Parts: sequence; C-alpha cells; structure tokens
Amino acid sequence: MTTRSRIPFYVAVLLLIGAGIALAIWRHVELGIPWLTGEQRPVWMVEARVDFDGTEEPVLASLNIPEQPPGFSIISEQAASPGYGFSIVENSGGRRAEWSKREVSGPQTLYFKAQFIPTDDSQPRRLVREPRPREMFWEEPQATAVREVLTQARERSSTPESMTRELIRLMQPDTRTQNTTLLVAEENYLQLVVDMLNHAGIPARTADGLRLEDARRRQQLMPFLQIYNGDQWLTFDPQTAEQGVPENLLLWRQGSESLLDVVGGDNSEVSFSMLRQTVPALQLATMQAESNGLGFLSFYELPVEEQSMFRMLLLLPLGALIVAFMRMVIGIRTSGTFMPVLIAVAFVQTTLLPGLIAFLSVVAIGLLMRGYLSSLNLLLVSRISALIILVIFITAGLSIIGYQMGFNTGMTVTFFPMVIIAWTIERMSILWEEEGVREVMIQGSGSLFVAICAYLVMSAPLAGHLTFNFPELHLVILGFILLMGQYTGYKLSELRRFSPMKVYD
Amino acid sequence: MEWISPRRLKRLGMLNMNRRNVDYIARYNERSSYPLVDNKLKTKLVVAEYGVKTPRLLQIVREQHEISHFREMAEDLEGFAIKPAKGSGGKGITVITGRDGDEYIKASGARVDAPYLERHLTNILAGLYSLAGTPDVAIVENLVQSDPDLARYSHQGVPDIRIVVFQGYPVMAMLRLATTASDGKANLHQGAVGVGLDIGTGRSLNAVQFNRPITLHPDTGLALENIEIAAWDEMLEMASRCYEATGLGYMGVDLVVDANEGPLLLELNARPGLAIQMANGCGLLPRLRAIENLKRPHFSPGERAQFAMDTFASR
Repeated sequence: MTTRSRIPFYVAVLLLIGAGIALAIWRHVELGIPWLTGEQRPVWMVEARVDFDGTEEPVLASLNIPEQPPGFSIISEQAASPGYGFSIVENSGGRRAEWSKREVSGPQTLYFKAQFIPTDDSQPRRLVREPRPREMFWEEPQATAVREVLTQARERSSTPESMTRELIRLMQPDTRTQNTTLLVAEENYLQLVVDMLNHAGIPARTADGLRLEDARRRQQLMPFLQIYNGDQWLTFDPQTAEQGVPENLLLWRQGSESLLDVVGGDNSEVSFSMLRQTVPALQLATMQAESNGLGFLSFYELPVEEQSMFRMLLLLPLGALIVAFMRMVIGIRTSGTFMPVLIAVAFVQTTLLPGLIAFLSVVAIGLLMRGYLSSLNLLLVSRISALIILVIFITAGLSIIGYQMGFNTGMTVTFFPMVIIAWTIERMSILWEEEGVREVMIQGSGSLFVAICAYLVMSAPLAGHLTFNFPELHLVILGFILLMGQYTGYKLSELRRFSPMKVYD
Repeated sequence: MEWISPRRLKRLGMLNMNRRNVDYIARYNERSSYPLVDNKLKTKLVVAEYGVKTPRLLQIVREQHEISHFREMAEDLEGFAIKPAKGSGGKGITVITGRDGDEYIKASGARVDAPYLERHLTNILAGLYSLAGTPDVAIVENLVQSDPDLARYSHQGVPDIRIVVFQGYPVMAMLRLATTASDGKANLHQGAVGVGLDIGTGRSLNAVQFNRPITLHPDTGLALENIEIAAWDEMLEMASRCYEATGLGYMGVDLVVDANEGPLLLELNARPGLAIQMANGCGLLPRLRAIENLKRPHFSPGERAQFAMDTFASR
C-alpha cells in the first residue's frame, strides 16, 4: 500500500529540493547575491563638482546626470550643497539634477555624487520616440563642400555605421581635401560631423564620456559621437572612428541638450573626481534589491530588528536537520527531541565555551536544588514552576558573579530558554531516580554532543549567510528532512547494538 | 568496540528502529487505537470483553483528595501494585509485596512509609509518568502471585512474557526476568534478563542481559536453558486475542503467569522494543514478511496461534 504512495512523495521532495536550488540560483544571477561571504565588487564613486559665482540673484543650476549609462548601473546618488534646494528632474531630454536658492553671491560649489557598478548586460534602453535627423541648412560655399564630402563618404559605405566611419576618416587632417579644410575649424569639428550626418539623413548627436581612473581629480568630460542606426544609438570616437564604448568609459551625458545650465550665476564650470571602491557584494545586492522590485522575496526590507531576529530564526532548520540526522541515522540518544537545537541556539549567542560552562553549571545547580524540592512532596506543576524561578535565580546569580569577576559572558546566560532548562532538570532528575546515573549521562552527553554539532554548523559564517540571504534553501533542508523520515535502514548505533547477533549468523 | 555489518544484519532479518517505526508501527497501528494501549485502565476494560484476564483492580485514584482513601484501602492488604494508567516502559510502577508494621516492603526489599506512597500517587496524578505530561489516573492492582516454577528464575520481581503480535499472529516471544541491576523490574534496558522463547513449544532458546548473551541468571545462578512455559498455546491465543480487542497491527503483549489464575495480561505496548530479536537469536523481519504475504489470513485467534506455532517453531 505504501509502495504506491511513495512515488508522489519522492517526486514532491525532488521538486522541493529542485525548487529551492533553482530559486537560489535565480536570485544569485538576478540580484547578484553572492554565494560566499566577504565577496567584493568594484564600485566607481564619481563626484561632479559645479563651480560658479553668484550674482545676488535667485539661482537655478541644472546639471545633466547619467541615466542607464551603457556598461554600468547606478546604485546610489546623492547631492551635497548646503543651503540649496535639490531635486532630480526627469524629462524627455534625460535626467537633470537641479539646485535652487533664492539669493546667492560669491563663489559657489555644488557636489553631486553617484556610485556606479560595472555590469555585463547593457540592454539598450527602449526609446520613446524614434529619433529623426535634423534638417540642416548650409550656406554656400559650405553647402557644396558638405555635399561633396558626403557623396564621397556615401560611395565608400553601405550602412549608417560605415558611413560614419568614412566621414570621420575623411575629416581627419591627414586626409583632408580642399572641401574639408574649408569646413573644419578646430572648435567646431564634432558639431560639424553631427550636422553633416544629420544632413545625410542619419540621426546623430554628441555625448560626453568620463574616463574612469582611480583617484583622479578635476577630470573633464570627453566628447563622443553617437548615431542612430535605426535600432539603437551607437557610440563613436570622433577622432579615430572607433565604434563602441571603451572599457572604463562612463557616458555621463547622452543626447540631452546641455551638460550644465546655471541661471543667476557666472563662470560656471563642472569637473569630475572619481574613486574606485570595493564594496561587499552582499551590500550591493541589498542596495540593488531595493530598486529592483525583487526585494520582496528577501528579508532586506524588514526593519533591522526583525532582520536580526530572522537571522537567528532561520538557523533553526539547520539545527533541526542536524538533530534529525543524529537521531535517525547515527542513533544518538538525546533528552527531549529538540532540546539540543535550543541549547545550540543559546550557544550561538553566548559562544561555545562560556555557554557550555554556563549551561552545565545551571543544570548541575538545578539538579541539586531539584533534589531538595523532591523531598518537599510538591505537586508536579508547582515543582516545575518553582524550578523555573530557581533557574532564573541561578542564571541571575551566575551573571552577577560573572560580571564581578570580569567575564562579560555571564550576562549572556540569560539567552538560555528558562522553561526548557527547568524541564530538562526535571526530566533528568526523574531519569536519575528511575534509570540511574548511567542513563542520565548517556542522554545528557548525547544532547550536549548533538547541541555542539548543531552549534558548529549554525555558527559557521557561511551557514548564517546562506540561510538569511537565500531563505529558499530551507526548502532543500525540508526536503532532506522529509527524505530522512523515509530512511528505514540501520542506524549506526544499531550496528553496534546488534553486534552480538554475529553468533547466530 | 564490536560492530556488525549492515549486510549481515539484513541476512539475519533484524528489524531496526527506523523500519519498525515507518514500515510497521506507522503502517499497521491506527493512531486512534493508541489511547487504548497507552492507558492501562482502558486496556483492562476493553480486553476483559474479549475474554483476556488481567490482575484484579483494587482501586482507581483519580483525584488528589481520593488519596486519603488509598490509605484506608491499603490498610488490610498484603501486596499490591500501583501503576500510572498512562505510564510507559514500566515507569512509575511501584510493587508492594508485603507489610512490616507501618512500613511497606517494595519488591526490591526496600521499606517505604505511607507518605512515600501518597507522594507517589500525587506524582502519578500530576502526570509525571504519563507520556506527554498530561494529568493521569493511578490504578491499584492486586499483586500477582507469580507461578513458582517461573518465579525461581527471577530475582525479586515477577517474570513476565513479552509476545510480539503482528496482525493477530504471535510472531516472537521472550521471557523477562528481573535482576538486581533492574531493581526488580522486567525492563531489558535496565538490566533485566531476556530469554527467547520458541513460539512452537514455549521452551527457552537464548538469554541476553544488556544485549550480551548469557547462560546463567546473574543473581540466582540458575541455568536458563531448559525453561518451559506451561499452558503455552493458551498464552499465545490470549495474546492473539488482544488484536481483536485493540485493532493494533503491531504490538507487544506482556503476560504474567499467576499461580492461582493462570496467564494474565499485564499491559499492551504499541511500540515494542527490538531486543526481543537478540534474546531469540533471530530477526523479526522474515516472520513479519511471512504474515504480510499470507494470501488468506486466519480469522480466529486460536487458528492464528496454531499457525504461528507451526510456522515459526525454531526446530
């Protein structure tokens, strides 16, 4: 009858384990939660500094800030500018940081800081509106020159990309012809290329990039050329015609009208400093989770107090797994089924040695006092109640003595669950009376051994990390515990217990 | 440290704890039948309807204030046994075998006074010995006058016979003899001697104490080889009848042989231990499987007992 019902059970357990692992892997990939503790990820901290002189007028300073720069993602943004109102404004032209103040005079400095992490996936941003080439009007004789150069470039190219490359090549000083010399002056080179591309029917614009180098200050933006190839914006180096965004290049401004507008200030300029930081990967993941929408699957959004509670609570299944294994497969006898887990939890908070000493002394003193209580001929309930109060006295006494002696650990004794200890003492003393010291020792040391094993597992940093950050792994633990419940083989202890049977074999 | 390989245990057909729990107890024992066996009072009442005799019930102590009646009742009794109705594994059973003035003599020979017994009753009522610590009832039973043929093998306590009954078939049996180490109790893990009994004849096979084979009783020094239980088929049938009474597919039936009344049922156990296999020198699994594979089970207890005697006889 059970052979039939066990197949769905195994399938369900397999699904449980599979789902747990799959969910963990998905979250690792999607949120970047690291498998191991202490994993570090590089982060670029870029600071834009805006300087201008106030002219005793209301000031509105507006700085273009990046929005999904290719190859990077933004994890934090903040502005530092005393006395200024600050907000981030998003409009069709991009995102702008805006500072405002009623009356300003003298030199002013505004800061905008953002943290960027390099990412592999640079999914192109979906465009709201298909970009169209701007209509350009040229006056003679430029119009003829432009037409000539463009015809030349068009002949040698087949796509917007190759057209752009050819055009840039034609405009370089070493290949310049009369036509181009007529057009190019040093300061208008990039704008000229953009205008010409637009004229040729290719939407083009300028972008500003920032070369990321560790601990550089007062960096300026470098101009780049972007064209739209009918599908996405492509970036070109306007001098070398090299296509694509070089590594460590952060595109600060893409496609918006201006980098910096200051109303009510003179001599405005913007400069950049940057710093390469390493941040624990986990911290990054939690920061991203908040913005990602996947955060609801984790504990990061809970208040810190609840988080620390769950950190402890989520260790319990591990302890339960250890106890189940020790009892069902190894065959160690413990007093009470899950007493070892509770002791182990207390050990996690007190650390092992002080916890062990505290536990043993509380139980030992408690057993002595229980001896006296049993001679009082009390009812069981009041005896247990009295024992609970005594246990509290003992722990309080130990704490005070420990504190006076300079051991801080005395204080943490209170983490032991009082009622559990009281019951343990009661059970042990009954066991002592009925089955003798031997049984008490077997069960007591069995409990302690299992508790220590559970403690060692639960206190491992990796265990805490995995159980808290991948709570779905508990499905795997659940699966293992269910599987163990089906284990009908011999326990290790039975191989010893039944060893006299050799005679009959 | 001695070890035995799992393969050898398998060859011997040794039933182990996990398999017992999963494949036999969980599968054949209805949860709803447990209160029947976990409560000795209920057991007594229900098996009586199926013609299974138990020691005479002297008194039931249900409430704290009834304890005063106990002293009156016990006044003119020589021997009796106090048991928690929901106790397990012989916990909380106190056997009084005689009187010495105001003091009572326990089976172990220790003398205790009336307040000791009253305290014991109080503990029982509070649920100290019951499985989940729930409030309990104490029952006082007539003292079993052990059959002298058997009693001489046992040190102090009354020897009892444990029969494992599977789906109404007695499959394995052993005689349990108290020792000094077991404090007059017949619990193997406390040091009582277990003597395997041949299902076919009721003769002794091997003996173990603390899981080690022995040939002589450690206290009485008597050889344990040639014990024979009288009225063996009657006992097997009695054990078999408990299946109808309780509906438990896998259980241990504990019987004693009273000098005057013959076999009496002491208690039933829904989770009988595994040491019986060591006393018998063979595993339970082949016998359990033989019954599981029966195409047509026998319906009457007598037929089942006869089938077991024919099938599981050792020689």
